[in-house]
Amino acid sequence: MRREAPRSLADYTPLFFPGLMLVVFFVVPFSTMIAVSFFKRNPSGFYTPDFVIDNYARFLSAFFGGVLGFSLMLAVLVAIGCVCIGFPFTYLLTRRSRRVQTLWLVGLLSVLSLSEVIIGFAWSTLFSRTAGITNLLVTIGLMDKPVALLPTFGAVLTGMVYQALPYTVLVLYPALVRLDPTLTEAARTLGASPVKAFFNVVAPALRNTIVATLIMVFVFALGSYLLPQILGRPQHWTLSVLITDQAIYQSNMPFAAAMAVFLVLISLALVGMTLLVGRRENAL
Amino acid sequence: MIETLLRRLYFSLVALFLAAPLIVVAGVSVNERQDLAFPPKGFSFAWYGQIFSDPEWRLALIHSVTLAVCSAAIAVAIALPLAWFLWRRIAPWANIFQVLGLAPFILPPVITALGFLSFWATVGLFGQFFTAIVSHAIFFVTLPLVTLSLGFASIDRALVEAAATMGADDRTVLKTVVLPLILPYLVSGYAFSFVLSLNEYIVAYMTIGFTTETLPIKIFNALRYGYTPTMASVSVFFVVVAALVFGAIARFGDIRRLLGAMSSDSN
Repeated sequence: MRREAPRSLADYTPLFFPGLMLVVFFVVPFSTMIAVSFFKRNPSGFYTPDFVIDNYARFLSAFFGGVLGFSLMLAVLVAIGCVCIGFPFTYLLTRRSRRVQTLWLVGLLSVLSLSEVIIGFAWSTLFSRTAGITNLLVTIGLMDKPVALLPTFGAVLTGMVYQALPYTVLVLYPALVRLDPTLTEAARTLGASPVKAFFNVVAPALRNTIVATLIMVFVFALGSYLLPQILGRPQHWTLSVLITDQAIYQSNMPFAAAMAVFLVLISLALVGMTLLVGRRENAL
Repeated sequence: MIETLLRRLYFSLVALFLAAPLIVVAGVSVNERQDLAFPPKGFSFAWYGQIFSDPEWRLALIHSVTLAVCSAAIAVAIALPLAWFLWRRIAPWANIFQVLGLAPFILPPVITALGFLSFWATVGLFGQFFTAIVSHAIFFVTLPLVTLSLGFASIDRALVEAAATMGADDRTVLKTVVLPLILPYLVSGYAFSFVLSLNEYIVAYMTIGFTTETLPIKIFNALRYGYTPTMASVSVFFVVVAALVFGAIARFGDIRRLLGAMSSDSN
């Protein structure tokens, strides 16, 4: 069946239900949130309609600047860490048999689908004094007595790399699996070692993919809302944690909404950048 | 030789990193008494029974499964006609709906959650169970939309053309040719949304968290008031469900293709 332009109103019928649902339950809630960000806080309920910019003015405080700076720094570290581990891994994975690939993909998807609650709980157990990894070190004689490794910055970083690594691999997978194998073969024929071929041929050829993946993982890491809370101290809280905290525990919806709008703008700008990077790659 | 060895080591380290926390949780979940101990002291499957026998955990399980079953169904119901339309018609402006379908998944989840919270609070339905179902359906509509778009792209248009030439109208073509061809993609889309909805915390918390407990909410609440091994057994239960579902997709479909191994516009 050829694709054709819709001629009559009836041709648009399939669009009716999806369009209605997406507009009513995504566009409207999203707009509501933007509206709420200009409302006034009402301590007894949620908020009172108004038009104030106080909620945005609070961004200028040193506290908010600190949280924002920390969130961005943490997300950058997670993105770099994940791509450093994930890129060579995904490359090697795509050279394995279909069976091995499938097995790994199932495993990665299973970890990726895990709730942040479960990831947080699992790592807090692994880092705990009573059931943690230090017990293992005590058993083999490397340590005198078990210690708790949390709450620390290292614990937050580890948990977030764990959460984002499967995502990184799955983002990289399509580009790497479709990479022309003759590229490395040519490099090998010309005498390059596999490691050299990887760094001098594969990595430069996929430079834009790597940049786009870094940004995608960065945005993904910005969204982490529980791990900094479970594995870190209050000074390790990120913007996402702060939004949750303001909305639910401080019941300050307008301020939470204003921060969310701000986070949307950062994310959209970054996602826009990946689209641009991707377009340039296709044009080449 | 040395390269193979290094590669194996690298793969093992990544596998260990991914599995370590789950191994510890699995170990903790079989403790005989209410200890957070690893290696476990004693051995007992009692904490797994607790998920189904303890009224609170059982109720959370029922909430979670109901939420996942219903929201995944609605997500597919939204994605299917949309993907069909985008494949069947040339209507560039309709792509806006595709962007809307992808957006909730790309943006940080807190944003979507907060959007739902402000919306349901404003219309006065805050805390009702069905609001979580609708919210999850929108939040996860991306997954069936992506799998179904891949499915439609893989259909050989000549097949449909042949059916149309033989006199089949749109409805007949859809029922007898298109739907059977995209069924695997429909099932995978449903399965992806189902598993993710089962695990989802923040949207569920911001819509019904004050009135109802789903399993992830229950685990988090339990985490704040102290530790029970049931949390560990529930976590293992989640991992097993996810592995089974994705394993089934891999067994009956082509998971590599779903994840982009083949270019979707190759035909």
